[in-house]
Amino acid sequence: MDRTWNNKAWFLVLPVLVLVAFSAIIPLMTVVNYSVQDTFGNNQFFWAGLDWFDDTLHSERFWAALWRNLLFSGIILAIEIPLGIFIALNMPKRGWGVPVCLVLMALPLLIPWNVVGTIWQVFGRVDIGLLGRTLASLGIDYNYVQDPFDAWATIVVMDVWHWTSLVVLLCYAGLVSIPDAYYQAARIDGASRWSVFRFIQLPKMQRVLLIAVLLRFMDSFMIYTEPFVVTGGGPGNETTFLSIDLVKMAIGQFDVGPAAAMSLIYFLIVLLVSYVFYTVMTNVGKGAEQ
Amino acid sequence: MSEQDVASGTKAVGRSMTSGKVASLNRTRSTVRLGWLVPTLYILFLMLPLYWLINMSFKTNQEITGAFSLWPRDFTWRNYAVIFSDPSWYSGYINSIIYVVLNTVISLAVALPAAYAFSRYRFLGDKHLFFWLLTNRMAPPAVFALPFFQLYSAFGLIDTHIAVALAHCLFNVPLAVWILEGFMSGVPKEIDETAYIDGYSFPRFFVRIFMPLIASGIGVAAFFCFMFSWVELLLARTLTTTAAKPISAIMTRTVSASGLDWGVLAAAGVLTIIPGALVIYFVRNYIAKGFALGRV
Repeated sequence: MDRTWNNKAWFLVLPVLVLVAFSAIIPLMTVVNYSVQDTFGNNQFFWAGLDWFDDTLHSERFWAALWRNLLFSGIILAIEIPLGIFIALNMPKRGWGVPVCLVLMALPLLIPWNVVGTIWQVFGRVDIGLLGRTLASLGIDYNYVQDPFDAWATIVVMDVWHWTSLVVLLCYAGLVSIPDAYYQAARIDGASRWSVFRFIQLPKMQRVLLIAVLLRFMDSFMIYTEPFVVTGGGPGNETTFLSIDLVKMAIGQFDVGPAAAMSLIYFLIVLLVSYVFYTVMTNVGKGAEQ
Repeated sequence: MSEQDVASGTKAVGRSMTSGKVASLNRTRSTVRLGWLVPTLYILFLMLPLYWLINMSFKTNQEITGAFSLWPRDFTWRNYAVIFSDPSWYSGYINSIIYVVLNTVISLAVALPAAYAFSRYRFLGDKHLFFWLLTNRMAPPAVFALPFFQLYSAFGLIDTHIAVALAHCLFNVPLAVWILEGFMSGVPKEIDETAYIDGYSFPRFFVRIFMPLIASGIGVAAFFCFMFSWVELLLARTLTTTAAKPISAIMTRTVSASGLDWGVLAAAGVLTIIPGALVIYFVRNYIAKGFALGRV
């Protein structure tokens, strides 16, 4: 749509600007302020320059958490995206099954995140949980509190349970927007199931799939509540992701300086990814309009 | 290549196409049969942990820890009775609902005019502003937990509903702007121009004509604000102590402190799922469009 040039539109944006400035810019400036100072308490601050950034970028703890977080996001994307596409392809297209599927699948998305954690914490317990109990009776030594592999597996399965529906819903919305004429043409040409998917469905899903990938990447990159409730970052530090580490440092130990420096680095990574997201998305939009 | 070769080649292609067609038809039929199974299995996987929670909420603690049973043998309403009779429990639900509703109203009120501006006008710095809004949706709440605490302490807002509502605006306002902008761009601009020619003022046009046109968009945006405010815990927990504490935070405290009253914990969990399940029913056909930020 061609939009008219009108700088008075700023007045319409002003309320958003004021509100978000209050809840984003001021806190962010506080973080910047902390990141360049040191304190011995009593509200006395000393200039520390870039020392905290230097420390953070050379600390093993930060890199370990970053690496774990990237690995986690990678696993999540590798499982949820193909699984989501597969389920969306097999969803009913019409009839009573559609609303039933949509409502039931969307249900995990609306459960408070710590309740999701609690559900899986209980579900996986060997003494009272269905999953833990079943695995134990099958003779599998499963304990997500002590075994790092089991902890990871539990968190990954939990995230698949929690968020695959998002990918399914997005892909499904992309699929139902394909006109029937496309499928009829494919049937006349004798196209195989695979070519229908490869040359009709996948290109039509491109846009929503992109949103799905980036939303899943970013949300898994800042995951906090669910693993915090299930494992508390343990065993040891095996499931301590960036957000968990950050909250531990800032609110647990009150090391505001290093925590602030780490926040800013963390935020910059997210900003970079958001920028890629935004650029790609606006360009895909242009491609569709032409 | 001789003519014969070409002919036989065409025949071969023709044959492989026919057989391919037959095979694909067979395959379609079999996928239809199996296809029915895939969503069913997936939904089963989704429902199992939920069933276990509901199952636990109707059991006594003795049965939960003592006997392993797939359904409550000793059916009891006691866990729910505990929650509905103890103000420290049910006030958590009231607190959550108050700040979620406040947040939804504030977010929509500021996002509506802004989304209109983004969808209809070009102005100085519009693209940068739009991107900056997006970055706030992507900002990790963990980064903001400590500064928020200090900012709201300075204003004396700690432990009030409005503090949590404002904090959740950080990610809900950008989200609402994005979703609404997507829906608004689907309304032809001629409608605005006709209304102005007919002598409508901007506010009157916006409320009387434009808002009814994008009613479904407003509904979806409201749903998403509700949802993300309802599920968030980190900021809500950091900014409250007692008077405005959300139900999800009360749950975690109970797990760690008063020991393991599994039955009550499960009942509280089940009760947090119900509001989401209710509102999801109303927007079931628009959920995907909302997640795609109004851009399917």
